[in-house]
Amino acid sequence: MSILVDDDTRVVVQGITGGEGRFHTEQMMEYGTNVVAGAVPGKGGQEVEDVPVYDTVHEAVAEEDADASVIFVPPAFAGDAIFEALDTDLDLAVAITEGVPTQDMSKVYKRLSETDTRLLGPNCPGIITPGEAKLGILPGNIFEAGNVGLVSRSGTLTYQVVDNLTQRGIGQTTAIGIGGDPIIGTDFIDALSLFEDDPDTDAVVMCGEIGGEDEEEAAAFIAENMDTPVAGFIAGRTAPPGKRMGHAGAIVSGSGTGTAESKINALNDAGVPVGDTPEEVADNIEDFL
Amino acid sequence: MRLHEYQAKEVFSDAGIPTPDSALAESVDEVVEAAEDIGYPVAVKAQVHVGGRGKAGGIKLAENRDEAEEAAESIIGMDLKGYTVEQVLVEGAVDFVNELYVGVTMDRGEGKPVAMVSTKGGVDIEAVAEEDPDAIAREHIDPAFGMHPYQARKAVYDAGVDSDIAMDVASVLTTLYDLWDDKDASDAEINPLMVTSDDEIVAADAVLNIDGDALFRHPDLAEMEEDSYEDDLERKAGEYGFDYVRLDGNVGIIGNGAGLVMTTLDLVDYYGGEPANFLDIGGGAKAERVTNALDMVFSDENVDSVVFNIFGGITRGDEVAKGINEALESLDEIPKPVVVRLAGTNAEEGMEILNTDLVQVEATLEDAVQRAVENAEEEQ
Repeated sequence: MSILVDDDTRVVVQGITGGEGRFHTEQMMEYGTNVVAGAVPGKGGQEVEDVPVYDTVHEAVAEEDADASVIFVPPAFAGDAIFEALDTDLDLAVAITEGVPTQDMSKVYKRLSETDTRLLGPNCPGIITPGEAKLGILPGNIFEAGNVGLVSRSGTLTYQVVDNLTQRGIGQTTAIGIGGDPIIGTDFIDALSLFEDDPDTDAVVMCGEIGGEDEEEAAAFIAENMDTPVAGFIAGRTAPPGKRMGHAGAIVSGSGTGTAESKINALNDAGVPVGDTPEEVADNIEDFL
Repeated sequence: MRLHEYQAKEVFSDAGIPTPDSALAESVDEVVEAAEDIGYPVAVKAQVHVGGRGKAGGIKLAENRDEAEEAAESIIGMDLKGYTVEQVLVEGAVDFVNELYVGVTMDRGEGKPVAMVSTKGGVDIEAVAEEDPDAIAREHIDPAFGMHPYQARKAVYDAGVDSDIAMDVASVLTTLYDLWDDKDASDAEINPLMVTSDDEIVAADAVLNIDGDALFRHPDLAEMEEDSYEDDLERKAGEYGFDYVRLDGNVGIIGNGAGLVMTTLDLVDYYGGEPANFLDIGGGAKAERVTNALDMVFSDENVDSVVFNIFGGITRGDEVAKGINEALESLDEIPKPVVVRLAGTNAEEGMEILNTDLVQVEATLEDAVQRAVENAEEEQ
């Protein structure tokens, strides 16, 4: 079982004719994802991998009955592409694009609250329900179907932790990369509550990192609302204050919040064991199962 | 991207926010000339990208020509928290009776801009925020509508600004918000906004930071970017386009994706080593980028050992392996031992390509990091 996506999900790829869009459409279809349409202004009538391309997302949704979108659109146009997805009543929009201006995302975030669409990202690796569908750029071969949910702010860290789980035979219900930008759609709490409600998810891994206060807020949510056990990991323990480590979110102000220590303490207080290494995270999950 | 104070003041002044008379100077003679033109007293202010300039001796007041020379001599060329001061702003000193704070930034938790006003200006506003949060009035702005005039007035009255100047301060705040919005700023702040005995207000300092991801919309601001690297290695990283942070240790770390690279740093520390740097080659890196990354890390003389940790998603293992081979085969001698761990997309293809005579290979992250830490100990 799964959350958000499965083999019934009908996917439209925005930006399907670009290099990344084309390559990952192939990869997604090879994995078994039901890609039904592409949407690129000016490219209507073409085909990519036998998938029909439309000029607008509205047309793609109307003609092919799509219910989810994956967005591979360059940063300058990504904000508009997300608005377009939100205007079509899709259930899910997944924005892979890195480097979307924060003020654009602020406007998107406002619009999002007025729709029923769920947004993942931007600057995220996407979502995968192993054996059924992947929407995004995650390497499908490391995942295995099973009973552990995973939510992470970092793409490659997701892969690392999943690898540690799969290597010892622990499969996943769904893995979600929520992205490391300052303003994102789905956050830890949204993902955790979906896993809590999923009868097939028996334990959850939550991978966070320094910067912001999302992990501290998630810890409070876990303590109050979750029966499903959660194991945590926090990247950036050794990061020096005041330096930006790649992700926009991964900066420590030095004022006490947002540090690895404050996040680990908050999670421990909520009963969430935080591994020192990805291998220890897998140990902790094994203990729960 | 951070603008210098003089650059931010130009932008503020163009938008209609009052700023003191000022001139940029690079030598003692230029400082004196500017001071004579403006009229004493003047402030001489170091233009470097660090906070707390005043306390560190980077801002001095001069009442006359001798003091202006003295201030210029002590500030130009000084080392301010790792940066050499090459430019100073010479500015007419404002005779003030009160200091305010006004600012606009993004509240990432709310996903909305927030405008702020405080009568506790002229001091470290972050300390005020921590010790006396009620001393700062905050107003969240709907990004779709922008700031309504009533919101600016509300923030100003909530902060307890004197009614004689309240409308003027509200107008500065509105201008500051519009400018923040127009320029894709991440922060726009005036601290202090000085109030004179004639109830005039003047921006005595100016902070304007621009969202680097939005610079494509602002070629005029992008031109203002000045190199503010702390050393040659950071400059090189900037030229190569890497996310790079230099640290104090001796284990060089290269990886893909911020979260995984930070985790690799943490594991080096966990296994008893010390990270020399954070270097993220980013997503989808081709061979050349990998070669550049190795060049960077080998250029750091503190590095005794290197660990290359790749978990491919959008990045492909075969491209990474090609880059590692190219970098190492071009050298007569490999300066420091390199441990490689390749997983994910096309990792198997990568392992077939990788010249294992030149590197040590480990299958897991934990083993790779431990091996690199051991290598570093042996090299010392």
